[in-house]
Amino acid sequence: MSIFIDRATRLCVQGITGRDGSFHARGMMEYGTNVVAGCTPGRGGTTVEGVPVFDSVAEAVESAGANASITFVPARFATDAILEAAEAGVALIVAVTEGVPTLDAVRIYHRLGDLGARMIGPNCPGIISPGKSKVGIMPGWIHSQGPVGVVSRSGTLTYEVVDQLRIAGLGQSSVVGIGGDPIIGTSFIDCLRAFEDDAETRAVVLIGEIGGTDEEEAAEFVRGEMSKPVVGFIAGRSAPPGKRMGHAGAIIAGGKGTAEEKIEALKAADIPVAERPSDIPELVANALGR
Amino acid sequence: MKIHEHQARGIFRQHGLPVPDFEVVTSPAEARKAAQAFGGRVAVKAQVLVGGRGKAGGVKIADSAEEAEGAAGAILGMSLKGLTVKKVLVERAVEIADEYYIGIVIDRARKLPVLMVSDAGGVDIETVARETPEKIHKHAVDPADGLDDADAERLASAIESRSEIAARIAECLSGLYGAFIESDASLAEINPLVSTADCEVRAIDAKILIDDNALFRHPDLAAMRDPDSETQHSRKAREMGLSYVKLDGDVGCVVNGAGLAMTTMDLIKRCGGDPANFLDIGGSSDPAKVLAALEIILSDSNVRSILINIFGGITRCDDVARGLLQALERAEIGVPVVVRLTGTNEEEARALLKDRDLATADSMDEAVEKAVALARRSVQ
Repeated sequence: MSIFIDRATRLCVQGITGRDGSFHARGMMEYGTNVVAGCTPGRGGTTVEGVPVFDSVAEAVESAGANASITFVPARFATDAILEAAEAGVALIVAVTEGVPTLDAVRIYHRLGDLGARMIGPNCPGIISPGKSKVGIMPGWIHSQGPVGVVSRSGTLTYEVVDQLRIAGLGQSSVVGIGGDPIIGTSFIDCLRAFEDDAETRAVVLIGEIGGTDEEEAAEFVRGEMSKPVVGFIAGRSAPPGKRMGHAGAIIAGGKGTAEEKIEALKAADIPVAERPSDIPELVANALGR
Repeated sequence: MKIHEHQARGIFRQHGLPVPDFEVVTSPAEARKAAQAFGGRVAVKAQVLVGGRGKAGGVKIADSAEEAEGAAGAILGMSLKGLTVKKVLVERAVEIADEYYIGIVIDRARKLPVLMVSDAGGVDIETVARETPEKIHKHAVDPADGLDDADAERLASAIESRSEIAARIAECLSGLYGAFIESDASLAEINPLVSTADCEVRAIDAKILIDDNALFRHPDLAAMRDPDSETQHSRKAREMGLSYVKLDGDVGCVVNGAGLAMTTMDLIKRCGGDPANFLDIGGSSDPAKVLAALEIILSDSNVRSILINIFGGITRCDDVARGLLQALERAEIGVPVVVRLTGTNEEEARALLKDRDLATADSMDEAVEKAVALARRSVQ
């Protein structure tokens, strides 16, 4: 088991003929992901890395049976690409693209809700279920299969944590990067709920950061609805207010969204919060009773 | 991206909001002339991209053209939160009967724009939200449907019982919503929106923040960027695709990824040090970016050590090492550098850097400790 993706995932790579698209298509295939199609308007009928390219996602669904997509499309075309995938009946869309306008993300979120599709991202590294499938840009080799679910707003910070988990002998069921933008398709709570329902997952690591109130809402969910142990980490304790720290969503605005508030909310829900990434494996081992 | 009040007024006016006539001038003599043309009382307001201008002395009321000249003379050249005032806005002062707040932001939890109105106008809305949240009325709008007239009227009635004025406020809400959506704003607000004794409504302030991610489809708005609002180094960082925020400490940081960069800063603090900056070089290991990052950090005279913390995933550590070698050849680095490169091609990176005068570390914790210690040592 795992969440959102597994061996049954049949992936369409949107923007596969581009530099990033072809590079990561190869990386995902090498990891074992079942990449069944690529999509670039005007390039239908060609192949990339042996994968057939279609002009539209609808054709990729019809001819190749794609049920998930990942977008390597520049920001100005990403909204149309994501909506196209959802309209074509793709159930899971991983939006790696950085720089999607916020009002577009609003539009996408509500339209996908109507269509029953899920977007992970935008501005995210994607998702990996170690040993099964990788739909993202993360380095596969740092992961190992096991009982720990990881959900994070970050990219390389997640790699750092996963690397330390692996070294400590703590494998992962699925690792989801939900993205650093203010409006994202899949929230902490969506992932926590999926991990709670996933038989393979026995503990969850939640990696948050300053900005918004997603961590506070996640803490409330853990307190009320989760039986599995959760370990937290919050980046940005030293971030000044009013400054965007790289991610569009990582900003303390109007005194709200500080690391202190989030850490307090997590602790109030009995979630142990690591002071350093290197403290996370021990907290997870404790949670697993090891 | 922030834009000036006078620019935001222009946008609001295009959307039918009742923005009084104003002039933007750069000298006391021009301010005098503008005040003369308006006649009577005028307001003189600093045009500078910081909040709290009024409290800081950047807004003055003048009863005559002479006074306006004096007020402009006092405000022009003034430093407000580190920015020098180069322009002032002059407008006929409005006789205020009541003040209101109207604004729109993105509600991240509901994933919709939300209109906020209050009859506690003219004061800091965050203070109102904290101390008397019941005075703020909210309404989320799905952009697919747009703002319904009935909802605008209901909101306006919540803050103004006189129907004539409420109807005008409702029109303002529709105009504000239109300006917000069409400018791809992340915030649009009027504080205060005022009513006069003869039941007119006037927008005597204007604030808009534009979503940086949407600037590609608004070249007219992108052109409003004030080059004076960012330092030379911030501009260079932006143009090179680096995320950079200058801080007050002495440990410079070069990191790949925003979350890892924030965590690096946090660990520096935890170790008793003080980060000099936030800097995310992004996913690319382009040597030019690494070089630019080092140049920006070295331009900060507070910096006493530099920590390079890279977790190579897609970014290859040997590429970053090559960028660093280029930087070492081209730039005079007068402070100690600690390098931590982990992940893809870390062995190759280590081999490339082994004969260099660099401190290395295997873990982030160790790298942070070394960088903080080196910064302290060079202070003594």
